Amino acid sequence: MTAAPIKLACRNVWKVYGRRPAYYFDSRGYIIEPDALAERLRSEAHLPAVVDATFEVATGEIFVIMGLSGSGKSTLVRCLSRLVEPSAGEILLDGQDLLKATGKELIELRRHAMGMVFQNFGLLPHLTILGNVAFPLKIQGRPEKEREARAREMIALVGLEGREASFPHQLSGGQQQRVGIARSLAVGPELWFLDEPFSALDPLIRRQMQDEFLRLQRMLKKTIVFITHDMAEAFRLADRLAIMRAGKIVQIGRPADIVLNPADDYVAQFTEDMPLLRVIKAGDLATSLNGSAVPEESVAAGASLEELIPRLASGVRAFSVPGEGAGPPALLTAGAVLAVLEREQTRRTRS
Amino acid sequence: MTAPAASFRSSPRVAIEPALLPWCALIALTALCLVLKTDFPWLVTFPKEWTLPLAAGVNAVTDAVVTVVQPAFRALSAALEAPMRGARLVLVWLPWPAVMLAVAALALKSSGIRLAVFALLALTYILLAGYWPQSMSTLSLVLLAVPISTVLGFALGVLGHTRPGLRPVLLGALDLMQTVPAFAYLIPLLLLFGFGPVVGLIASAIYATPPMVRNTLLGLDRVPSDISEAGLMSGCTRRQQFWHVEVPTALPQILVGFNQTTMAALSMVIVAAIIGGFEDIGWEVLSSMRKAEFGQSILSGLVIALLAILIDRLTIGFAKARPAGPTAAMTWMTDRRLAIVLALAAALAIAIRLLWPNETLLPATGLRMQVGGINQWLLGLVRDCAWFFDGLRDGVLYCLLLPLRIGISGAAVPAIWGFTLSPTANATYAVAVLLACALLLHRFNWRPALALLVAGTLLYTGFLGFPWPVFILGIALLAFQVAGLRLALFAVAGFLLILVNGLWGALVQSLYLCTLAVLLCLVIGGALGVWAAYSERVSRILKPVCDALQTMPQFVFLIPALMFFKVGEFTALIAIMLYAIVPPIRYVEHGLRHVRADVVEAVEQMGATPVQTLFQAKLPLALPVVMLGLNQTIMAALSMLAIAALVGTRDLGQAVYVALGKADAGMGLIAGLSIAFLAILADRLIQAAVAGRATT
Repeated sequence: MTAAPIKLACRNVWKVYGRRPAYYFDSRGYIIEPDALAERLRSEAHLPAVVDATFEVATGEIFVIMGLSGSGKSTLVRCLSRLVEPSAGEILLDGQDLLKATGKELIELRRHAMGMVFQNFGLLPHLTILGNVAFPLKIQGRPEKEREARAREMIALVGLEGREASFPHQLSGGQQQRVGIARSLAVGPELWFLDEPFSALDPLIRRQMQDEFLRLQRMLKKTIVFITHDMAEAFRLADRLAIMRAGKIVQIGRPADIVLNPADDYVAQFTEDMPLLRVIKAGDLATSLNGSAVPEESVAAGASLEELIPRLASGVRAFSVPGEGAGPPALLTAGAVLAVLEREQTRRTRS
Repeated sequence: MTAPAASFRSSPRVAIEPALLPWCALIALTALCLVLKTDFPWLVTFPKEWTLPLAAGVNAVTDAVVTVVQPAFRALSAALEAPMRGARLVLVWLPWPAVMLAVAALALKSSGIRLAVFALLALTYILLAGYWPQSMSTLSLVLLAVPISTVLGFALGVLGHTRPGLRPVLLGALDLMQTVPAFAYLIPLLLLFGFGPVVGLIASAIYATPPMVRNTLLGLDRVPSDISEAGLMSGCTRRQQFWHVEVPTALPQILVGFNQTTMAALSMVIVAAIIGGFEDIGWEVLSSMRKAEFGQSILSGLVIALLAILIDRLTIGFAKARPAGPTAAMTWMTDRRLAIVLALAAALAIAIRLLWPNETLLPATGLRMQVGGINQWLLGLVRDCAWFFDGLRDGVLYCLLLPLRIGISGAAVPAIWGFTLSPTANATYAVAVLLACALLLHRFNWRPALALLVAGTLLYTGFLGFPWPVFILGIALLAFQVAGLRLALFAVAGFLLILVNGLWGALVQSLYLCTLAVLLCLVIGGALGVWAAYSERVSRILKPVCDALQTMPQFVFLIPALMFFKVGEFTALIAIMLYAIVPPIRYVEHGLRHVRADVVEAVEQMGATPVQTLFQAKLPLALPVVMLGLNQTIMAALSMLAIAALVGTRDLGQAVYVALGKADAGMGLIAGLSIAFLAILADRLIQAAVAGRATT
C-alpha cells in the first residue's frame, strides 16, 4: 500500500430507493448484516442501489470503480459528492463527514474541493467553450478578467486553443469532453470525480483521451475516483480498483491482486480475458532480497511482465526492482514471471 | 414477421374473453331498447320534465357573486383600459414607414432576408387594402395580452416544475383552459368586467397562457441530468442553478412556448372581436361576413392570415436556430445594429409626426373602398359554380350528414331519399352487417367486429335515434376497459350532467358533426399523409400548406366555407375539417417516415410487396404516432365547434353562442364545460389506448 494520507473515505454507505428507505436505517446499536438487509429490501419493494460500500482513496491515487450497467457505480459516485443523498453511512473528506455538511458548506466544498466530469459532458449549450470553462468561477463571483485568464489556461491545458469562441454543438465528442475536463479542473479541486468520461466516445478517441488523462494526472496529481464499465480502461488507468455487482463492492485491490486472486467466480469470469502479463507489473511480483546479492539487471517497478519477456529469453535469471524512495531494492526472479506465464497458458486452454 | 404485424392475425379460434361478456349484455340491451322505443320514447329523447334547472342555479350564484366582487373587477378593468387605449393610440400614431422599418429589421434579425421581404410585402398589402388602423388595434391587444400570458405562464410552469405535488391540479386547469370554448368564459368575464375590449384582452390572456406553461414545464423537465449535475458540482446556489443553468438550457423550448402563446393570443383576440367595440380586424371580418360582403371579408381575412404568418415566423425565428446556421443577413444584423435601426425608426416616427401633424399618411382609397367590383365578381363566381358547390353540399348532406344524424331508417323517406326501405331491404342490411361482423370476427378478433356492429347500428338508427342509456353505458364500458374505473365514472358523471341540463340533443348533434369531420379528416388527411411519406415532392408542397393552415386563427376558416356553401351544417363541417385536417397529414407522414428502418428492411427482405409493407409493417408500427394525430384532430374539431356555431349549427357550440347572446352565464358555462368534457374524455381514452398498446 502507498503511505500517502487518506483523502476520501467511504464507510458503510447505503443508497436505497423506495417508499420509505429511512425506516431500515433508523435504529442504532446493532450491526447490520449487509447481504441479509439487501435481500430484505428487495423482497419489500425497495431497491438497494448501493449496498454497504466501504473504501478509502489515498491522496494522489486513481481509484477506479468498475461494474456493469445497473451495478450502482454511478449512484455511488453521486453519493460521494452528495448529488444523491445516501440513505446511511459516512463519507469522510479529509476526515470531515460530508453528510453532516450544511447546504452552504456543501456549496463551498463543491466550489473549491471537488470537480466532476460527466458521461454526456454536461456542457451548457448557450455558452461558448470559454464561457463553459469559466462557468464555475463565474458562479463564485470572481472578476471577469481573472476567470477568463484561468479558463484560457485550462483550455490550453487540454489542447483546445483557438476554439474558445465555439459553441459546444460545434465540437466533436472528444473535444466536448476535453471542455468538460477543463471545466472540472478550472477551480483547481483536489478531488476529481470522473463518471464514465470516455464511454460516449469512439474506441480510438477513447484511447487518446485515456493517454491524455494519464498525462494530466502525472502533472496534476489529483485524487481521483473514476467510474467505468470498460474493463480494459479500468485496468489500464487504475492504481487500485473496486468491482461492483448489484450495488455491492465485491473486491477492492490493485489490478494485479484482482487478476491473480479473484475474490469469487464472478470476478474471475469478469477478468478472464485480461492478459495477465500486461496487467501485472514487475513490482507486483518482487520479493525482498533476504540477503542475497542484488542482480545486475534492473527493471522499473511499473514495467509490465510482457516487457520483460525478451530479456528473459536472452537468459536473464533475476532482476532487481528499485524500491520506492530510498528503500532497498527488491528481487524479481525469472521463475515468478514464468509461473504467471504458465497460469496464463492454463487459463487460455481452459476457456 | 414482426410482433405488431403478427398480432394482426391472432388465433382464428374464438374463445369468449371475459372482456367480451359485458358487451354481449349491452348488445342485448340495445336490441331491447330499439324494440321498445316506440312504446317508451324517453329511451331515445330525454324528456324535458326530467331536466334540472342547474343553469338557473349557476346564474343565481354568479349573480350573487358578481354583485359582490364586481367593483374590484371593474376597477381592474379600468386599470387595464388605460394601457390598452395607450398601446392602441401609440400604434395608430406610429406612421407606417416607421413601423415597416422596425418590423423589417426585426425580421432580418429573426430569420433573414426572405422574411424581411415577406414582412414588407405583407405590411404593404395591409396598407393598400386599407386595414392599417384596424390591424394596429388588433396588434395592440396582442402586444398587451402576450406579456401577461408569458409572465403568468412562465411562473406557473416553474411552479409546476418545482412542486410536483401541484402538477395534477395545474395540468387539469390547463386542460380546462384549453378545451372550454372561449365564448363560454366570455360570458362571466363580461359580467365581471363589463362590456368592452378589456374582456377580449383578458379572454386572450387566459386562452394564451397554457402553451407557455406546458412548454416551460417541458423545457425544465428536459434539462439533461448531466447538465444540471454539472451546475450543482460547479457549486451553484439554488437561484444560480435556476437562472444560470436550467432556464438557459430550457430556453429554446420556452421560446417555442412564447411563439405558441403569441399565436393563441392573436387567434383569441380575433375571436373576441365578437364583443365588438375596438374597431379591430376581427370585427371587420365578422361584420363583413354578416353583411355577406365576401370581397371585404376575403380582403380582411387575408390581413389576418398575413399577420398570423408574419408573427409566427418572426417569433419562431428567434426560438429555433436554423439547421444550416444563420444567414449572412442574420449575422449582419447584430444586436447593436438592430438597436440603431429601431432608434432610427422611432426618430423617423417623431419627425414625420412633427412635420406633418395632421396627415394620416394612409392611402385615401384603400382596396376595400373598391370592393364593390370584387364583391360582384365573387358573387358571380359563386353563382357560376353553384352547380358544383351545391351538388357537393347536397351530396354530402344527403349521403353522409343526414344518415348519420337521423339514420338510414330516418333518411329513407320520400321527402329525403325519395323512397322508403322495404322490409327486405332492412333485412338485407341487417344480414350484410352481421355477415361482415362474422368475417371480422373470424379474421381478426371480436374488437373490430364489435366496432362494426356498433357502426352499423348507429348508421341505421342515426345518432339522434340511438337510445341514450345504451350510449352512456357503452362509452363507460369502453372507458372502463381501456383506462379503468375512474375514467368510466368520469364519463358517466359528465354525460349525466349533460342529460339533466337538457343538452343531450345538442350533444348528439356535436358528436355526429365531430365524428364525421374527424373520420373524413382521417381518411383524406391520412391518404395525403401516406402520399407525402412516399413522395418528396408532395411532402414539399404539403408542408407550407399545413404550416399556413396551422398558423391561421380559427376564424379565418369560416370565410371560404361560408362563401361557397352558405349558412348551414355542411359549412360548419367544412370549416371544422379545414382546421382539423393538418394533424392527420402531419402525424401519418411523420409516423411512416420514422418507422424503424431495420424492421422495414426485414419485411421487404421477406418479399413483401409495397402495399403489404405499408399495411402489415409500417402502419401498425406507426400506429402510436397516428393515434396522437387522431387525438389532435379530435381536439381541433371540438375547439372549432364553438366557432363554427357562427355559421349555423344546432350543437353544443350553438348553445354556448346563444348563451353568449343572452348573457346567460349558467347555460354558457355548462355547454362550454360539456365540450371540454368531450375533449378531455376523448383525450384520456386515446392516451390510455396508446399506453395500453405500448405495455402489452
